[in-house]
Amino acid sequence: MAHVFTPKSETEAADIVRGLTAPVSIRGSGTRSGLGRTVDAEDALSTRGLDGISFYEPAEMMMSVRAGTPVSVVEQTLAAKGQMLPFEPADHRGVYGTEGEPTFGAVAACNISGPRRIQAGAARDSIVGLRFVNGRGEIIKSGGRVMKNVTGLDLVKLTCGSYGSLAVLTEITFKVLPRPERASTLVLEGLDDMDAVAVLTRAMGSAFEVSGAAYLPAHDGEPARTLLRLEGMASSVRDRMTALQTVLSSTASIRILDDDATAALWRDVRDGAFVAMPADNALWRVSVKPTQGPALIAALADIPLDRYFFDWSGGLVWLSVAPTGDAGAAPIRAAVSELGGHATLIRAPDHIRRSVDVFQPLPGALMKITSGIKQSSDPRRLLNPGVMYPGI
Amino acid sequence: MSAIAFPPVDAAIVARRPAILAGLAELVEPAGLISSEAEMRAYETDGLTAYRRMPLAVVLPATTEEVSRVMAFCHANGVKVVPRGAGTSLAGGAIAHEDAIILGVSRMSRVIEIDYPNRCMRVEAGITNLAITGAVSPDGFFYAPDPSSQLACTIAGNIGMNSGGAHCLKYGVTTNNLLGVKMVVIDGTVVEIGGGALDSPGLDLLGLIVGSEGQIGIVTEATVRILRSPEAVQPVLFGFDTSEEAGSCVAAIIESGIIPVAIEFMDKPAIEICEAYAKAGYPLDVGALLIVEVEGLASDIEAQLAKIVAIARLHNVRVVRESQSAMEAALIWKGRKSAFGATGRIADYICMDGTVPTSQLSYVLKRTGEIVASYGLRVANVFHAGDGNMHPLIMYNINDPEEQRKAEEAGNDILRLCVEVGGCLTGEHGVGIEKRDLMHHQFSDLDLAHQMRIRSVFDRSWLLNPAKVFPLESRHLETA
Repeated sequence: MAHVFTPKSETEAADIVRGLTAPVSIRGSGTRSGLGRTVDAEDALSTRGLDGISFYEPAEMMMSVRAGTPVSVVEQTLAAKGQMLPFEPADHRGVYGTEGEPTFGAVAACNISGPRRIQAGAARDSIVGLRFVNGRGEIIKSGGRVMKNVTGLDLVKLTCGSYGSLAVLTEITFKVLPRPERASTLVLEGLDDMDAVAVLTRAMGSAFEVSGAAYLPAHDGEPARTLLRLEGMASSVRDRMTALQTVLSSTASIRILDDDATAALWRDVRDGAFVAMPADNALWRVSVKPTQGPALIAALADIPLDRYFFDWSGGLVWLSVAPTGDAGAAPIRAAVSELGGHATLIRAPDHIRRSVDVFQPLPGALMKITSGIKQSSDPRRLLNPGVMYPGI
Repeated sequence: MSAIAFPPVDAAIVARRPAILAGLAELVEPAGLISSEAEMRAYETDGLTAYRRMPLAVVLPATTEEVSRVMAFCHANGVKVVPRGAGTSLAGGAIAHEDAIILGVSRMSRVIEIDYPNRCMRVEAGITNLAITGAVSPDGFFYAPDPSSQLACTIAGNIGMNSGGAHCLKYGVTTNNLLGVKMVVIDGTVVEIGGGALDSPGLDLLGLIVGSEGQIGIVTEATVRILRSPEAVQPVLFGFDTSEEAGSCVAAIIESGIIPVAIEFMDKPAIEICEAYAKAGYPLDVGALLIVEVEGLASDIEAQLAKIVAIARLHNVRVVRESQSAMEAALIWKGRKSAFGATGRIADYICMDGTVPTSQLSYVLKRTGEIVASYGLRVANVFHAGDGNMHPLIMYNINDPEEQRKAEEAGNDILRLCVEVGGCLTGEHGVGIEKRDLMHHQFSDLDLAHQMRIRSVFDRSWLLNPAKVFPLESRHLETA
């Protein structure tokens, strides 16, 4: 019978890992358990019992939370002090059809980063300190609670985005940002892929500090929308919005969305809402150079592609593909090899998840390094074995 | 006399020097191998000039392929390798060793590709930090991290030490601005990680490489993110009676929700030293000075500055000087930017680099003054206040071994203090040899062992920059 370990403290987590005799899957609330390869483990270790904000100093723009702390608690606490998470982590409940409270530990472990990444960086850029239990059951810390820190190897970056394969996170310290007074979105209607990405990259190459750059192709009678978000002091957003339109000098029809409409729209971009349905379709997230977004779509003319959209100025392509055959794996990976970048299968029926590479396969030398790092951090292969690559 | 220990020299390697030189000569073109003592003199130290060691040889490859051949050769022959960019490390990160070659990337300094639509450029790793910005500034772009040594220091060294600079309060440090690298690992294998896309597949090896102080591999090419320069930039100078007032003003600015691109702090000794040298027009009757810089559209700047000046007034600011022209702005920065040079004219100094939570700035400044005074030495503080990265300059006479010892001990006391208040030993200079033996104060044995095991994945026999970062007496922990 599968057992879920739910330690209430870091020490207890370390004791549990030391005592393990078989591998465990590592989880928070399980709202993103479809992310990554399927893990061959009967039992699970949940960080949900490691709950609570352990440190918050608004004047330092720093917060520390235990790994099982709900993201919603973090966001509400920050909002009460006029602050926010810089990296806008996605909520995957819509994509996976799951329930429960997404935890901050999962955000860090999977480096979950949303639209503002193009301006403010990924989760790994804001996270400055970690405490974790490695596969030996040792409690390790890296980084601290200051932004500038080059003391020792940066295990913070290495561990963020390791999908629980190197460590059980226990506490995460991160930088936050002031919540902007105003957020507005410039919507340009009716552009095709190529023209849209030309607009997005020109906007990103401007000095107007665009904090969101996405493209939603025409769908269901609605025209294609090219989206540019500006945030900051109200007067500044107003002036930059004017200046941005002058620089773009586009003939497309233009609308400007207010704060509420902006918040709702970018939440959908963040969460991949436009491609969440139908729920049995396979979902891919492909990272390429922004200008290669349209080329990727053009290269996929022969796969059963239902819908797609661009975030990150064209550099992040979400694909919803009918779940037949390999769900487009071979042509997508071929196109990515040609264009540069990488593709991640973030949702698919189990038989496809088991038969295709979920993450982009690595060249031999990097796979050897990856394997060595796993071996040194978790020599008994107890933590989320196989979540990223087979045998790792 | 030197307080910082080096590992014993491997006599067998030194004895094989002629054969090693002959082997290296076959791998690089003649201009890439330096072996005479006179010519190697320039490579025996870096920015930590109190320590000098003559290398076995200096190799300056011209291509990644040459780096690969040299690394494979050293790996096969058990020769240690000390990577070097421009040798500006203040932490002794590039200091040589008698049984190690220096492997410098300074001859590899080309711009390979500039890609404005994707906001990135690819460069060879020996290019200087300033030359990266120089290549794109005519088109209105820049590379954000701007360490004080940016005229000389290379992107290779910046990657090794995760360099910052005055403007990282807004733009982050090297690790936040690097998209990819080509790197040669110790057995000569060339790996490519990342590139023009915002992230790369698999574990975040790029994040691990940045700040690894040349112990993981030799970076030969880098893809960096470039940004459009702001339309306008404006610094304002504030004078306060006390450091405490200046410190609480910094915290209040950050808490208000404004993020200036830079908040620089100077205490009274630093003001006096810099003013005597740079004639920047700094007020001499104040106890502390802040330079706060904001950027954006012209109208933006006005609004931001108005808010910042209002906050400063709440904290008893006594002198407010807003620059009215580019020349006045340059003058405000001139004093700050010449701080290290100006201090160097009146004394030898060691420059500390601890970072503390901004709420602790005032306390740490006060204690720093007390600590240095207790050793009978003088200190000037000039640093990046917005992110708590302190740079006390402890002045001493380099020819007086007793003073050098005192200066180092005072520095160590200050760094221990930084850790005690929740900060760290080094914000942007790196550990090198300088802070190596203080690592215990920040990390447990388990922490260090975990780091060393990860390091060993890349270099099992510890040939790459082995005397640096990890305390010599802790090396056994790795296998414990």
